[in-house]
Amino acid sequence: MAQPAATKPSLPARAAPKRRSEAVNGLLMVSPTAIYALLLLAAPLATIFAYSFLTDGYLTVELTPTIGSYVEAWTNEVYRVVMLRSLGVAMAVTLATVVLAFPIAYYVSFYVEPSRKSLWLFLITIPFWTSYLIRVFLWKVILGFNGVVNSGLMGLGIIDEPLTFILYNTNAIVITLAHAYAPFAILPIFVALEKIDRSFLEAGRDLGESSFVTFFRVTLPLAMPGVISAVMIVFIPTIGDYVTPHLVGGPEGKMVANLVQVLYLKLDNYPLGSALAVSSMLLVGLVLVMAAMQLAIFGYVFKRIAGQTPLILAIFTALAAAQALLVVVIALWLVTGSAVLTVALGAALHVVALLALRRKRSAL
Amino acid sequence: MNGGWFRIYAYGFLLFLYAPILLLPIFAFNDGAIVAFPLAGFTTKWFDQLWVEPALHQALKNSLIIAVSASILSTCLGVFAARASTRYNFPLKGGIIGMIMLPLVLPEIILASALLVVLLGIGIPLSIYTVILGHVLVCTPFSIAVLTAAFQSLDKSLEEAAYDLGETPASTFRLIILPLVTPGIISSLLMTFTISLDEFLMAFFLAGTEPTLPVYIFSQFRFPKSVPVVLALGTVLVVASIILLTIAEYFRRRGIAKTGGKDTGGFL
Repeated sequence: MAQPAATKPSLPARAAPKRRSEAVNGLLMVSPTAIYALLLLAAPLATIFAYSFLTDGYLTVELTPTIGSYVEAWTNEVYRVVMLRSLGVAMAVTLATVVLAFPIAYYVSFYVEPSRKSLWLFLITIPFWTSYLIRVFLWKVILGFNGVVNSGLMGLGIIDEPLTFILYNTNAIVITLAHAYAPFAILPIFVALEKIDRSFLEAGRDLGESSFVTFFRVTLPLAMPGVISAVMIVFIPTIGDYVTPHLVGGPEGKMVANLVQVLYLKLDNYPLGSALAVSSMLLVGLVLVMAAMQLAIFGYVFKRIAGQTPLILAIFTALAAAQALLVVVIALWLVTGSAVLTVALGAALHVVALLALRRKRSAL
Repeated sequence: MNGGWFRIYAYGFLLFLYAPILLLPIFAFNDGAIVAFPLAGFTTKWFDQLWVEPALHQALKNSLIIAVSASILSTCLGVFAARASTRYNFPLKGGIIGMIMLPLVLPEIILASALLVVLLGIGIPLSIYTVILGHVLVCTPFSIAVLTAAFQSLDKSLEEAAYDLGETPASTFRLIILPLVTPGIISSLLMTFTISLDEFLMAFFLAGTEPTLPVYIFSQFRFPKSVPVVLALGTVLVVASIILLTIAEYFRRRGIAKTGGKDTGGFL
């Protein structure tokens, strides 16, 4: 040890970085990536937010502040319908993907031998990595008027005319997107299931609970973090998908991204395009808030009555309590006809309802 | 304990997942201009046409330049971020890492339109370089996800031992850490390369007059007669990406085994 110190007098200087605080080291280390993200992600996002409040001039953007783009985006029939459709499709895709993914994740986590789990996950992720465009296009080929499903079923003599409910409409979009996002939903749920301590399940059964009750009271609550990340990772990107509505949606299946693309690249109306993009993210955020509140209300009601009533009854009561608010939200939508307004009011209503429930408990 | 119904469901679901990919070669080798059953006989003529499309070759060349650049740049940025997040605690860590990982969940249309506005605003002409900028943004979170797993399984005491033996932070990184995370880096390079090669929307917005392969494919969908050729191209791409991913998976597993970690499986 003495020798290198003697021959290299610069040792104290070289050791100096070690004495710098951990915070400084960490910030220095992350700074190249963080600065890149700041310049090419945060700054552009701030820019479209700013653009959405500017006025559209001919081929230019004028610096006059206005909320005109939002008024247009939220009241014009064309944009209103498209935003509502995008929201509906994203919700349907999320529901379908998560419900379809859960049993797969459950099977791989609970029934597949540990040594073969990696292989299963690899098989599940491969389709995700193969050309997205080609996969979406193949769904058009599969579902189309002369497509594989129709020509196959007609060839076998099962149907006489092509089925029309699966081509060039929102059903086709939902099927295609549910296929595309399946791995995104399976993986987080699988990770959450893997973390569950298997002795909890044995304890549940040892205490005389049926496997259904054990699943509902032990497995499902512990898997919820995975389900929640699956919902986020499917719901947020699907509302802005461009390729699928363009290829399989047909003329009546346009979604927000298609309008944003037209506004940006064809019409050069950056303020309105930006306002639409910001509005769709606002929709996503508010719907997620609403979903979180639904979950919280369900959990709260369920916990209060679980001990005193049979499990099934408790589940249904808690579900009814949470869903009652959705009826109000649907009524709001029917009255206002605006997606953004409805989810904004709905989210506020849910927050108030949950706070009221909580306050009642603390008063008792 | 074989799972009964779950097992049947799981195999059924795999079939659903693979249905498009399985149909792809069937129609790529089908001797008919219309993509439908019944099949019309075997042919390789659609593959032969791939050799005589100059526009396709130019698009492929653009895509390869972009994918190689984007994979190297995003993996470099990924190394910094993954190392910082696994080794150090620093203020605003969650916020900073969250911002970097944001492109993973944000719709690409938002990222693409935002970048387009800014690039045009400051007067940068659209070219393959602007596509590289966008692709690095999209690829970095994936690179970080892969590399975090590699860095996480590193034993901190190896690094401390190197410091005690008189190595500098730089030489420790080069001699101790880098060799241990090399498999993770290779895996990240292959994965980001695949993502960049396949990415469509960013390129569609930012490529200007220099289309990438997916942009070229997208433009061909409008012409029914070029569909079989596109399917042939798709078959080649699918085979290529499966090979790349198998190699990536091999290195990812080897990397985790090398540092003594437990394989939790999956890329994400």
